[in-house]
Amino acid sequence: MDIIAEIPKEEYVKKCTSACAGCSSSLNLRYVLKAAGPDTVLVVPACCTSVIQGIYPNTAMNVPVYNVAFAAAAACASGMSNAFRQAGKKTNVIVYAGDGGTLDIGIQAMSGAFERGTDFLYICYDNEAYGNTGMQRSGGTPMGARTTTTPTGKTDAKKDIDAIIAAHDPPYMATTCSAYPQDVFKKVQKALTFRGPTFIHILAPCPPGWRYPTEKTIEMGKLAVKSGMWVLYEREYGKLTINAPSKAAMKKPIPLEEYLAPQGRFKGIDAKTVEILKQRIQKNLQRLAAEEAAP
Amino acid sequence: MFEIRIHSRGGQGGVTAARLLAMAALHDGKYATACPFYGAERRGAPVVSFVRIDDHPIKVYSQIRDPDLVVVLDASVMDTIDVLNGLKKGGNVLINSAHKQEFAGFVTRNVDLTGIALRENLVVAGSPILNTPVLGALAKMGICSAGSVKKAIREMFSDERNVKAAEAAYKELIA
Amino acid sequence: MKKIATGNKAVAEAIKQANPAVVAAYPITPQTEIVETIADYVTSGQLASRYIPVESEHSAMAACIGASVTGVRTFTATSSHGLLYMHEMTNWAAGARLPIVMANVNRALGPGWNIWAEHTDALQERDTGWLQVYVATVQEAYDATLMAFVIAEHNDVLLPVMVNLDGFSLSHIMQPLDTVEPGDFIPPLHLPHAIDPKNPTSYGGLTGPNDYFRFRWDIERSMRDSVKVIDATQKEFAKRFGRSYGFTDDYRCEDADVVLVSMGTFGKEAEVAIDILRKEGIKAGSMRLRWFRPFPHLDLAGKEIVVVDRDYSFGSGGILAHEIKAQTKKDVYSVIAGIGGQEVTYDDLADFVRKRRMGTEFWFGVNTNV
Repeated sequence: MDIIAEIPKEEYVKKCTSACAGCSSSLNLRYVLKAAGPDTVLVVPACCTSVIQGIYPNTAMNVPVYNVAFAAAAACASGMSNAFRQAGKKTNVIVYAGDGGTLDIGIQAMSGAFERGTDFLYICYDNEAYGNTGMQRSGGTPMGARTTTTPTGKTDAKKDIDAIIAAHDPPYMATTCSAYPQDVFKKVQKALTFRGPTFIHILAPCPPGWRYPTEKTIEMGKLAVKSGMWVLYEREYGKLTINAPSKAAMKKPIPLEEYLAPQGRFKGIDAKTVEILKQRIQKNLQRLAAEEAAP
Repeated sequence: MFEIRIHSRGGQGGVTAARLLAMAALHDGKYATACPFYGAERRGAPVVSFVRIDDHPIKVYSQIRDPDLVVVLDASVMDTIDVLNGLKKGGNVLINSAHKQEFAGFVTRNVDLTGIALRENLVVAGSPILNTPVLGALAKMGICSAGSVKKAIREMFSDERNVKAAEAAYKELIA
Repeated sequence: MKKIATGNKAVAEAIKQANPAVVAAYPITPQTEIVETIADYVTSGQLASRYIPVESEHSAMAACIGASVTGVRTFTATSSHGLLYMHEMTNWAAGARLPIVMANVNRALGPGWNIWAEHTDALQERDTGWLQVYVATVQEAYDATLMAFVIAEHNDVLLPVMVNLDGFSLSHIMQPLDTVEPGDFIPPLHLPHAIDPKNPTSYGGLTGPNDYFRFRWDIERSMRDSVKVIDATQKEFAKRFGRSYGFTDDYRCEDADVVLVSMGTFGKEAEVAIDILRKEGIKAGSMRLRWFRPFPHLDLAGKEIVVVDRDYSFGSGGILAHEIKAQTKKDVYSVIAGIGGQEVTYDDLADFVRKRRMGTEFWFGVNTNV
């Protein structure tokens, strides 16, 4: 795959999606597919994107999309990738899954596919809840966030899926955010130049889930990064590089409250939880900075 | 139909002995089936294998209830297992033993398979290989032909010591 | 090529001939030898497939689905709990119209852990849209696996096929096996809906109440059409390789007053029972049902029927008995035997026929006549 500097104009997500106004996923998908190009199959487990494609007999997608059961995406992709490579085809196999299908029900298949060195890209777009079924908590829901199954705020911390993926030693992994579409584009492009399993974790602010006005999706994403709650980085063969927007945030972070306040899911969050979140952010940033500095 | 029950311990090759016997019978132009009775597989636990030999296709799958021949590869299983259970009146026993053993009411034959295996240096992971030499003894008893035994052994094993051990057992079988 | 092999090895040998592009499988007793043998074939270069050692059975079927939809031949094998764990995806495979072939080594369900033969595992899959055949000899395991690919991949079928072998009784028994060179008996696979990035399509997306039922009818229609395909394939196999198979394996049924119906190895041992009964003057016959899905038309007119179920549907009855009652509209003598590997001999089978009471159910070993 050639790296191209300019984002292509060609759209692979056409009209008639069923996405919510302000949906991060439909925004991500456009840039993911611009980066991947037409010789691509998306493997999509049960998640918002299952619905976003549209309803039979229409589909908004102009690449092949294989919809599959909730727990099965990475395993399905594993079979598909092996079949393509066995036939000498270079077709990109990209899992495009939500946080539920990645951190929770999909983790077994994903871990297995990574452990076997499967040649595919796994993209998790993370709206930090089970969005498709009405915003229940997931392993990706942050502490303090209200969901329908954590009505007074989740008491457990967000599962660090990036650390889990890093432990599988993939050739490339990255975090990004739908508020930074050029970053999404670049990282997907880069990931597809590697053979073997690659992982991209996209923070995907979600208007109905996070409870903010639909036009503020980009703003929410930027606040997440600026507060340090979400860090943009890459690991290439295990070597960490923290990207510029997060470097800037580490130097001069905005107060966490500025990120939490506009979101209805954090309404009524108590001071103690906010303090814990702040400490976790600090610890995480220190850990990442130390890792980056290490020889 | 001729029915043989083979008693051994896990790891001694009793199942392979059954397979080799069935292969030899096939080479003799007969029909044969061989099957272990499995529990959870463990080294050292008693294992039973069944072999049936017939001129016609064998339709029976259930366990052998009244064998014509009982083969005991490891005499120590007799402490816990009644190896003679169901053996037909006047039936045959072939036992791996250095000295002559008798079982009243049955025709008993002894052969020192362990001694032969150790002599031929047929040892794997510290255990003497009994499944190839026992085929030699069975050939001497007329259960299958010597030629077919050698053929079967060579199909499974490249090490000629297996054939030599079978030939030794053929010679040394105490009638 | 004549050799001796276990049921498991026979299946693996057939896979060597069928040459799937991808095999994705997870080990489970008593199927494990199939998986190990295939892995050995791949690493030793005897089989040019990609072998994916997946981390679960659910993933095994998911991987087969992903591979199959690219238009290549796929295979997996499992048993019991593995099959149950796959259940969501066996449904998916049939719904996705993928000609996956799977060997299932029939084994009982826990708790308690039981590794011996029972048919409940596969019979719980009977509603999924998979074709199912039950074999009784090592030779038949080999032959049926070869035929499974031909049937599954036929344009009028395009449904997955499950080949069932009794755990241990057949999977681990060594019997003579004659392997063949299939030549063009198994034609190359042409999957009409294979993924093609040049013609992008979405698969299995949201389908509303006005459309979905049509896809389900499509599966049923193909299931019905498969009857002709099975028949033609078995006839072609007989022509080329000299071994004849039908929907059932009938023994002395033509002039029988009473027929013993069963599946798997019991159906072979039953022939010994039939010979014993005939000597006693009882005009009995054995009908070993091979194809359970599609459920074939059974020639049982004018005969009393003794059904041996190596399975059970709690609160309802023996599954095979139900299917036969539904088709024949007759009462049967329903025997439940062989559950969890329970030993059943030809003497027991003969006794079921001698002691039959039509319209009742008999749990062997429990001595309860329902």
